[in-house]
Parts: sequence; C-alpha cells; structure tokens
Amino acid sequence: MGLTTAARWRVLLTGVLALLSMIGFMTWNVQSDWAFIVEYRGSRLLAMLLVAVAMGVSTLVFQTLTHSRILTPSLMGFDVLYVLVHALGLAFWARLGLDSMPSVIFILDVLLMAGIALVLFRLLFGDSVRGLHLLILLGMMGGLLFRELTELALRVLDPTEFSIQSGRSIASFSRINLPLLWVGLVLTVACVALVFALRRRLDVLNLGRDVAINLGVPYRRTVTLLLVVASVLVSVSTALVGPMLFFGLLATNLAYWIVGTHQHRWTLLATVLVAVVCLVGGQLLIEQILQSRLPFVMLLELCGGVLFILLLLRGVRE
Amino acid sequence: MIEAKTLSKRYNDRLVVQDVSLQIPRGGVTAIIGPNGAGKSTLLSMISRLTPMSAGSVEIDGMDVTRTSGSELAKRLSILRQHNQTSLRLSVRDLVAFGRFPHSGGRLNAEDQRHIDEALDYLSLNEFQHRHLDELSGGQRQRAYVAMVMCQDTDYVLLDEPLNNIDMRFAVDMMQLLRRAADEKGKTVVVVLHDINFASCYSDHIIAMRGGRLAWQGTPDEVMRDEILSELYAIPMQVHELNGQRICMYFRMG
Amino acid sequence: MAGGAGLLVILLALTSLNVGASQMKLLHLLTQPDDRVTRVLFASRLPRTIALILAGAGLAVAGLLMQMLARNRLVEPGTVGTFSAASFGMLLAALINPGMALWLKFALVSACAALGSLLFLAILQRIPLRSALIVPLVGLVLSAVLATGSALVASQFELGQALRAWSSGDFSAILRGRYELLWIAAGMTLLAMLLADRFTVIGMGKDFATNVGINYAALMVLGVLMVALISASVVITAGALPFVGLLVPNLVRALVGDNMRRGIVLVALCGAALMLAADLLGRLLIHPYEVPSANLLAIAGSLVFIVILLRGRRQWA
Repeated sequence: MGLTTAARWRVLLTGVLALLSMIGFMTWNVQSDWAFIVEYRGSRLLAMLLVAVAMGVSTLVFQTLTHSRILTPSLMGFDVLYVLVHALGLAFWARLGLDSMPSVIFILDVLLMAGIALVLFRLLFGDSVRGLHLLILLGMMGGLLFRELTELALRVLDPTEFSIQSGRSIASFSRINLPLLWVGLVLTVACVALVFALRRRLDVLNLGRDVAINLGVPYRRTVTLLLVVASVLVSVSTALVGPMLFFGLLATNLAYWIVGTHQHRWTLLATVLVAVVCLVGGQLLIEQILQSRLPFVMLLELCGGVLFILLLLRGVRE
Repeated sequence: MIEAKTLSKRYNDRLVVQDVSLQIPRGGVTAIIGPNGAGKSTLLSMISRLTPMSAGSVEIDGMDVTRTSGSELAKRLSILRQHNQTSLRLSVRDLVAFGRFPHSGGRLNAEDQRHIDEALDYLSLNEFQHRHLDELSGGQRQRAYVAMVMCQDTDYVLLDEPLNNIDMRFAVDMMQLLRRAADEKGKTVVVVLHDINFASCYSDHIIAMRGGRLAWQGTPDEVMRDEILSELYAIPMQVHELNGQRICMYFRMG
Repeated sequence: MAGGAGLLVILLALTSLNVGASQMKLLHLLTQPDDRVTRVLFASRLPRTIALILAGAGLAVAGLLMQMLARNRLVEPGTVGTFSAASFGMLLAALINPGMALWLKFALVSACAALGSLLFLAILQRIPLRSALIVPLVGLVLSAVLATGSALVASQFELGQALRAWSSGDFSAILRGRYELLWIAAGMTLLAMLLADRFTVIGMGKDFATNVGINYAALMVLGVLMVALISASVVITAGALPFVGLLVPNLVRALVGDNMRRGIVLVALCGAALMLAADLLGRLLIHPYEVPSANLLAIAGSLVFIVILLRGRRQWA
C-alpha cells in the first residue's frame, strides 16, 4: 500500500503550494514594521492553520466513520450548539468566578460540547452508520428550531425594533477570537496526534463494522473516541472563527483525488495540506493579490458547496 | 471447542433465536442449514460476537466472547458475513493484507507477506491481486474476502453463506478449499449453507435450525434423511445415494 | 374525513377574515355595509384569506409530489433546494430588471425552481441510497449550498435584506391584484388530483412504472414542472414557506396511507387549514403586530421532523 508516482508528485506540489501560501501570507505587501506584522499576521496565520487542520481532520474522520464522502460534522449544527453551550455556560461559569479566564471557559465549552455529542450518540443509536445520518439530521433540525425560536422570542419581546435575522451565521477571519488561540493550538495538536496514532484502525474501519470487529478492532469504543475527537476539533474551529459548513468537504474530497487512496496516513496529510492551501492561499489571493472585496469565507464555502454538488453528480461510489 | 449455552436473540418482540445450546468440537467442517428466517445467520453472528446476545453465553476454547478482548478473539476466530463493502478503492492484495491486522496491527513483516501470498494462492487470486475491489465481479470479490479471512489464520473460521452469488465452479472450489483447510491445517470451519447438498458432501457435522430453535444435529448420514429434511423444509424431500454421498432431491416430486 | 377537513378550512377562513390590524369584524358586513368596511375587507383580508388557502393547498400538494418523485417521505420543496433555487431566481430577476413584468419574473423563477429540483433528483440517481435518511440529508445540504450562493451574490449587490425577505414568507402584504399568481398554484393542485394515480405509480420506481405502461420520464418532468410552478407562485407572492409540504402529507399518510388518490384532496384541504392557522396565530400572537408565518411554520416543522425522526429511529438505525 503506497502512493503511485503521480500521486506522490501531487502531494509534493500541494505541500509546496501550502508552504508558499504561508510565506506569501506573511510577506506579501508588507507596509509596516516586522514586529507588528509578525504579531498581527502571525496570529491570523496561526488561527487559519488551526481552522484548516481542525476542519480538515474532523471531516476526514467523520467521513470514515459514516462511510460517506458527502457528510461533514459541521452539518450537525455545532455552531448552534456552541452558541447555546457558551451562552448557558457563561452564566454558570460566572458563578464559579471563572468569567475572567476566557481560556478556561473555552476548554470547558469544548469539553461540554464533546460530552453532549457523546451522550447523544450513545443514548440514541446503535453502532450503525444510519445512526449517524440520523444524528446529523437531528442536529440540523435542532439548529433550525433553535434559530427560529430565537427569532420568534426576539419578535415577541420587541416587535417594533426588529431586523430580520440573517439566517445562518458565517465564519469570519477578521474577527478571530485570539485569546483562545493557544488553547486551541494545544487541543488541535492533541487531537490530530491521536487521530494519526489511530490511523491504522481508521483504515480497518473503512472496511465496515463487521469486518472491523472480526479483525479485533474495539468498534464501539473506537467510534465513540473518534466522534469525540471530531467534536472537539469542530468546536475549536467554531469557537475561533465561527461555523464553516463546506470547507471540510472541499478539503477531504480534493485530498482523496490527490492521493487516490483511502489510506489514512496519506489522506490525513493531504487533507491538511489542501486545507491550508485553500484557506491561507485563498485568503492571500483574494485579499492581498487581487485586492478584491469579495467576502472570502462565503466564496470558499460556495466553492466547497459547488464541488460537493459536482462530486455528487459525477456519482459518488461509497 | 465452541460452546453455546441457551443462546437467545430478541428483536423488539420477536424471538429470532430461541434457547440454542450446542457444542462444535475442534476440527472438521460443520454446516448450519435450515429454511429462511430460521436464525442461522443470527446464531453465527452471536457466536462470533458481532451481534450482542439477549440471553445465554458463548465460549470459544473456554474464553467467553463477551468478556475477551476483541483483538485476542480475532486471533482465534474469524467471521465473514454476507454483505461486505463492494466499492472500496482497495487492491485485492491490500484487502487480504488486512487479515494480518490482529497479528501485526497494520505493520507487515516478511512472515505476514508469506501468509498473504499463501492466501491469495489458496483462493486462486494471484492474477487479480493488484486489481481494485470495485473492478471485480461479485464472485471474485467474495473470494477476496474469504482470502482475507484465510490470511487471518485463525483456528475457527465462521462463514455466513459464502457460496451465494458465485459460479458453480467457484462454489465447488470454495467448499473444497474449506475442506482442505480443515483437513490439512486443522481449522474448525463453521459454514451457514443454503444448499443442503453441499452441506451433505463436505461437512462432518450438520446443525439444522428451524424457527429459531435447534431442530436436529448429527453427521450427514444421520441428518440427511427423508423424514428429517421434509419436516425441516416443509416440502417433500427424497434422499438418494450417489457416488457415496447423500444427495437430496426435491425439485420435482411425483 | 375530507368533510371534516373542509369544515375546518371554512372555519379558519372565516376567522381569518375576522382578524386584522384594524378593528373591523365580519359582522360589520351585515350591520354596517358601508364603503370603508367593504373596501378593507375586499382589498386586504379576503385576498389574504384566499391567498392562504391557495398557497397552503398548493404547498402541501407540491410536497406530496416531491415525495413521490424522490420516493422518500421526508422531503418537500423547502428542504431539497427548490425554494433556495426560486429565491435565487428572484435575485436574478431583481438584478436583471427590478421592474420586470410579472409573467416574465414568474417564468424565470419557475425555471430556476425547476432546475433546483432537477439537480436534486439527478443527484439522488447517482448516489447509493443505503439509508432512507440520506435523501433528506442531501436535499438539505443542496439547499444550503444554493442559499450560500444566493447570499454571496446578494451581498455584492446590496440585496441581502431582500433575499432574506424572499426566503422567509409571510402574507402581510397581500392585496388584491398581488396574489393572482396563486391561481396557477391552484391549477397545478387540481392537475395533481387528476393525475394522482399516475404519480402513485411513479412513487414505486421506474421499473414498476414502465411495467405498468406509464411514461416514467414524462411524468417525472411534469411533476418537477408542477412543483416548480407552485413554488414560484408562492415565493413571488409571499416568499418561501417551509415545512407545509412535509407536515401535511405525512400527517395525512398516517391517517389514510400511501395511496395518493385517496389522500390528495385531504392533503390540499389540510394544507390550506395549516396555512390559515399559521397565519392566524402569527396575527394574534403579538396583535397588532405580526409574526411571519414562515417563522411559525419552521418551528412547528422542525419540531415535528425531529419527532418523526426519533419515533422512527429503530427503523432508520
């Protein structure tokens, strides 16, 4: 099991592009002194790298668990869940005197979200893939319900002072939640390391539940652990910059095409590299090189969405 | 030895397997037969811990399947069910290589490669080994999965209707292969079979199930009888002796 | 049962005529038939009530049609991309020519809606449907993609607010002369009733339909067109109204089964009733202000969807 030569070249090319994107992001069109640039752009770059890695890896893991190339954990409504957890949590943490420590609150939020995802999964479903489909649908509907209830509440409370809700919120890389950056880094690195350590088990999971159990993989435990990891990663990304729906899909499917195999030691690497190129390189292109005023994240999401549709039309064999 | 005690499986309010107790001794080929819905697949599934039991217990060589670690069991027992992933972008060799996972965790050494080569050869897959699974016919894919299970090299090999959807020629090859595995390698093979004549010709022991219960068990000589089979399948059956084997006729009676 | 539903519709319709921002009551028609009263009644409340009935019936039937076409009972135009595509069509119309003639706008929006549905169905054909749940899932994701695309375009042309208005329907601006498109929806609803048997057969799959002698492709296209026309007329008149097409057919199905011919009249009547009820509730909740029906429908719809998912979970998972 390895890569074909063509695939190796593709991975190399993606790696080079990723590197160039990062360098370009830091150095293009520098107009002030370096110390400021390093701090300003550096922190943004770090945030983007974290989001790229977190979204890419969580989507990859989720797709292996669901045997589907068209699903992503963000579909489950993590953005809404995060808002809920954060809002409810704040009141509680304040009583414990923690509201002056955003990092700690962040860790607690993330753990809480992962915990809820875990409980929901265990409570509601067996080991089947269809269970995950159900979970996603429930998440989507739950998210919609919450958003609409909020809108209704706002209207009832103050009917005159009301502007129509702007539907789903969308991520923004200009309003990055910087204090959370270092905690986010630690969490992301830990999660990715764990996933990488489990890469062979993930390969076996590709073969389906029955074969995986036959080969001795502790199926339920492994799936649960991986779901928690995916939840944590998505939570980190959502907390940092907001929700991104299709970015993960874009990254993983491009990665599958680049490496031509489902072996996780390669798909993990490729997903991360592609995600970096799309996010950092894309941002560099739009903001700095083209100096366009197009909303970058929306554009990225749209590209992810369109790619997704094209993939579906081409016929996804699962 | 596989020892099952009062095994039951309940789905909602239906008892699919009722109170089945049996012993399958080491070595030889054991066939499980019975009409559709008799609970054969579920039984096999419970024995191999793929499906949780509603009641009862199963021990493989003294190890309780619900208490022993999955990886430990995977070195002693292998199971192949009917519906497996068909569209993996995986070469035959790579699939078969997974059979070594319980032994080497994914890191393949020379010994593993030897097992893989052997398994491929055993199932006549040498010319296909670098083709991808989604390019193969149903029968070829089935053989690839059986090769994986052979490669796992376990004492107990459990197969759920392995002859479905494969050509006659390969079905015969498969049964001969299972026979050889039992005779030459001392494996204990348990197969759920739809075709009772294959069971009669190749097994040492037959277990007949009906309505979730164990109806009869014994050697082919004992079980392949008119009265027993007619009652089991609820149609008139006649057992004849051909070439020293007991063959059952039911296609057109009278 | 249809009689009961019909009665319900009439009751709700009368209530609808009675409620409004002004103090006018229906009784006034009999006691004080002066100009101002009848003008208010006929210029806003009667058209509104009629619009609600037509839209409700049309949406419910469109949902039923969509379920036949997709062979899945958890879909409706709002959750498979038809409405998102229609909103995009509205956007296009506004960009091309804000003062576009109504019939032209209708044609454009219908075309977009039809393309949206076709895209969904084309995708369904190409993915392995290992679980019944993957159909609504794909539909919802497709819908989200189309919505993102629309939002992007809208943001570039300062039409974000307008897009949101089209995506969240409400009937407060219905006046005589502004809702007539809905009669097209009514026409489609009647057509669906006439062709109910054939659509039931379509709902059983291509092979079955061909075997029975029905032109599968032609009926699929017709079905898509009908759904598109209904959707376009509703979106142009009031905006996108989700979940009517999901709630009503499933409710009726629980009562009378999957035979479309038996259920379709009931579906149309219940759809009208639901729409009237939602609108009424919206008018009464914070009287004299209004909560848009789409808001209330989305709440009810997502709740019921969740209940359906949870109740059936043993068969999905």
